[in-house]
Amino acid sequence: MVIDYFVPHPLVSGFGEMLQQWAIIVVAFAYVLGVANIARISGEKISRRSRDWRYQFPLLAGLAFMLTVGVVWGVGEGTLFNDFYLYAYSPMQGTMFSLLAFFIASAAFRAFRMRSFEAALLAIAAIIVMLGRVPVGTLIWDKIPVVSDWIMNVPQMAAKRAIMIGAALGAISTGLKVILGIERNYLGGD
Amino acid sequence: MNAITSAAISMERFDRRYIFLVIFVIVLFPLLMPIGLPIRVSKEAMGAYEAIDKIPPGSKIYFACDYDPGSMPELHPMTIAILNHLFSHNVKVIGACLWPGGPPLLEEALNKVGVQKYGKKYGVDFVNLGYKEGREVVMVSLGRSIPTTFPDDFYGTPISQLPVMQGVRSLNDVAMIVNISAGYPGTKEWVQQVQSRYHVILAAGCTAVSAPEYYPYYQSGQLVGLLGGLAGAAEYEKLVGVAGTATRGMDAQSLGHLAIILFIALGNFLYLYLKKKGKLTRR
Amino acid sequence: MAAVLTIAVFTFLYKDNPFYKFAEHVFVGIAAGYVVAIEYQNVFLPNLWRPLMAGQYVLVIPFLLGVLMFSRFTGRFNWLSRWAIGLMVGTFSGLAIIGFAQGDLVAQIQANMLPLRAHSLIDTFSNCIIVLGLLVSLVYFFFSKEHKGVLGAAARLGIWFLMVSFGASYGFTVMARISLLVGRLLFLMMDWPASFGIQFLH
Repeated sequence: MVIDYFVPHPLVSGFGEMLQQWAIIVVAFAYVLGVANIARISGEKISRRSRDWRYQFPLLAGLAFMLTVGVVWGVGEGTLFNDFYLYAYSPMQGTMFSLLAFFIASAAFRAFRMRSFEAALLAIAAIIVMLGRVPVGTLIWDKIPVVSDWIMNVPQMAAKRAIMIGAALGAISTGLKVILGIERNYLGGD
Repeated sequence: MNAITSAAISMERFDRRYIFLVIFVIVLFPLLMPIGLPIRVSKEAMGAYEAIDKIPPGSKIYFACDYDPGSMPELHPMTIAILNHLFSHNVKVIGACLWPGGPPLLEEALNKVGVQKYGKKYGVDFVNLGYKEGREVVMVSLGRSIPTTFPDDFYGTPISQLPVMQGVRSLNDVAMIVNISAGYPGTKEWVQQVQSRYHVILAAGCTAVSAPEYYPYYQSGQLVGLLGGLAGAAEYEKLVGVAGTATRGMDAQSLGHLAIILFIALGNFLYLYLKKKGKLTRR
Repeated sequence: MAAVLTIAVFTFLYKDNPFYKFAEHVFVGIAAGYVVAIEYQNVFLPNLWRPLMAGQYVLVIPFLLGVLMFSRFTGRFNWLSRWAIGLMVGTFSGLAIIGFAQGDLVAQIQANMLPLRAHSLIDTFSNCIIVLGLLVSLVYFFFSKEHKGVLGAAARLGIWFLMVSFGASYGFTVMARISLLVGRLLFLMMDWPASFGIQFLH
């Protein structure tokens, strides 16, 4: 992939394109492996009568149902698969994520403490940005959005850029270690 | 111990379910009784709007719909608003997803805006290529050859049979990429793998959680515009003149933010007061 | 069905209960089945099976590599999956090196080369803050030398910039979470009643 970027020769780019197509296929199998693992673990919980083992039945039933319906009858609009996506998968996932709003409110009250100057700086920046991004900030003071925009585009951006550059250096070195075989943890234990 | 101190101690030990109830009521109230607070457009949203506005009619853009129902409240209004803008300008849309939960959402948006509102025809004015696994590999592969990466569309039709895909071999053949992303793979990867490699114009909409980390990309010009969260969606709805769920939700968003700020202030006030009184309880 | 499942998940806010557990497990099962069906229809069929049947026999190699991934379930032969993992990790590592180097490192350093004297006072001030902010934030992450003296002062200033950025991120995170709740409430107040022909919200 690295050589492919620097060498535009058709032989290199052809090989690179082929590897990319193979990677797409193999990664798809990895997803199926993950789901097979879920099924295996559920089966084990049922056989061992672990905690909440009875709930594994609706899990496996849902898995088998969606898999069968999607593979046999297709996935487009108007299919049973699409209906279950719209009326089961989509609302449940949306609701699970929406629970976070309650927990962030609870955490704001119970855990957010300005114990030091740095924590106070964090809180003040958070409050200004929270007010600046919504219409009510303009009602309180019409300069709040201007200050909020300046915070986002200047100090916040500078710090995020520093994190980005640091992360880029780390990612490059990790990538090189993997390619050179120095880093082999991804292959697993044994 | 006086009454104020005991009240402060009780409040500090509040059952969190009362906090949940307060948030629920505060967010629900403006949905039932809209206030209609004015929305201010940021320069990041204006950048995205102006870039899309400049696209000549009849051009094709690649619409990367990289989200799933978990981020739908923030990102789907953006998708709807941008598609309104694109179809009203007769720009053709080539849509695809790198998240498995994305294709039905893209399908719903394309049908609702393209077909029902603007009378566009599938295969001629827009296409849903569906989902492909491979993340960055798919992005780089699209820059090389779209037909090799997506031989068929979401419904199994070979893309060679679709008029909208004629003359589109790779991402270099589209006027622009619009990416709506909920995380990984998403905007960061589009910038790293596609914009920096093939230098295609890229505008992005993302969840509010991710937006702050993309500001460096906007400042550097790698992104021509950035829509962050529900506020970004509401700004774009205002720009295209289509008031949707994002505009509707901004009142609730405003009061929700005020509630959180009050919780932070109250929590810190109680902390400092009880610390001064020596009555602080350790959790 | 959507409303019932939504309310079942919301019951978790009161306390963990059988309705929530049932909904949670059904969701996991449906999500898992959904992913496999989508992979089959959108990846396996168009990118592997149909081209293979059409004569691109070289695709037998990724097919075999994919099948070998399932050797992870066996005890003795799970080392066979390393070939497939190697292909995936190698490909992604190569792309990551280029992506991070070109998109994040070079482009971002280039973008930070800002004029320290701009047209307006506010731009001049902002540019100086951006350059200073980047440098001191990077100094904070330099742990090869102890943060003392000038280095310590620069690192301290770097922490302040980082705290401002974390505060901004927290503010945006709050916005995201509230938005998700707004979305679900709009569904319960608008879309659900509308399915019965009732217009609850105007």
